[in-house]
Amino acid sequence: MEYIIIIISAVFVNNIVLAQFLGICPFIGVSNKIPTALGMSGAVLFVITLATIVTWLVQVYVLNPLGIQFLQTIAFILIIAGLVQMVEIILKKLSPGLYSALGVFLPLITTNCAVLGVAILTIQKDFNLIHGVVFAIANSLGFGFALVLFAGIREHIEIMEVPEGMKGVPIALVTAGILALAFMGFSGLV
Amino acid sequence: MNQIQNFTKGLLKENPILVQVLGTCPTLGVTTSAFNGLGMGLATTFVLTMSNIVISLVRDFIPDKVRIPAFIVIIASFVTVVELVMQGFLPALYEQLGLFIPLIVVNCIVLGRAEAFASKNKPFSSMIDGLGMGFGFALALTVLGSIREFLGSGAVFNVKIIPGDLMLVFILAPGAFIALGYLIAITRKLKDHI
Repeated sequence: MEYIIIIISAVFVNNIVLAQFLGICPFIGVSNKIPTALGMSGAVLFVITLATIVTWLVQVYVLNPLGIQFLQTIAFILIIAGLVQMVEIILKKLSPGLYSALGVFLPLITTNCAVLGVAILTIQKDFNLIHGVVFAIANSLGFGFALVLFAGIREHIEIMEVPEGMKGVPIALVTAGILALAFMGFSGLV
Repeated sequence: MNQIQNFTKGLLKENPILVQVLGTCPTLGVTTSAFNGLGMGLATTFVLTMSNIVISLVRDFIPDKVRIPAFIVIIASFVTVVELVMQGFLPALYEQLGLFIPLIVVNCIVLGRAEAFASKNKPFSSMIDGLGMGFGFALALTVLGSIREFLGSGAVFNVKIIPGDLMLVFILAPGAFIALGYLIAITRKLKDHI
């Protein structure tokens, strides 16, 4: 039951993009087409889950016993940067098909604040490893859900007549605002 | 380019948020009030300026291939400094900004200036560039924070201007997106006239 609550809370109520403002850059940047949005979501799911597991282990078995929690930011960002690099190399070797689908998104993910954000939130919320993994997967699903929805809307905006000054980013932001408004209807669900 | 131009370009012409649209996550996340926006802006200015200086100083010693990880470590160190100082001296603000303080590390503006400017220029110009970009970021955050705080609660910097609550939605998540969208559109219009 608690897993279901974590999932519903992360996907709908506290959606990582629309309610917590994490990962806005890729949300605005790569949401022009549904296929690219799906590719990005896949890459994010993969990296966030992996990063959360590794950073949780490092926090609990290295930082906490040594009493150096203040190094959390430096340690986590290094782990994530290294991990992204490693995933890229391994995918290239083992699964060229998957690599060609996700490859272009991987370098962008190091600076996606959703990855570092979820890793830090997992520690802040005092989750155990399994809760942390469920939390990470749920948040990536929330990210993908918002991204694909948004891409669908933007495909329609592209053929609409938008005032000159609002073209591009401004209209995208206003659209995101309305989408966030819709998501507010889920609050109180959990 | 002289140093004055170098400083002022970040304020409007190349404003990191309103023109380049970088670092949107903290922009939307912390601007629930003018004070929070200003606090976040100044924290980022500090990180940006210090990391620009240090990166510029070591730019000749870092091999090209490992420069990005090296930059990230330098930036992360200054973020940790900000985190500890703020926790010690401004606990209320630290509580408010929460997760977004460690996330300065992945703010695209900081790494972007390191890569685009500090890794190619002398320390002094890099410092000016960092200050200019940082103040531009702080300015945009403060303006957005003031607009949201005013529309949401009728106050600016906690000073009540209109009694009672106005449109609460502007303090919540949707208002952040909508206010920033219109602010960018207005900036585009203004930029054409200057």
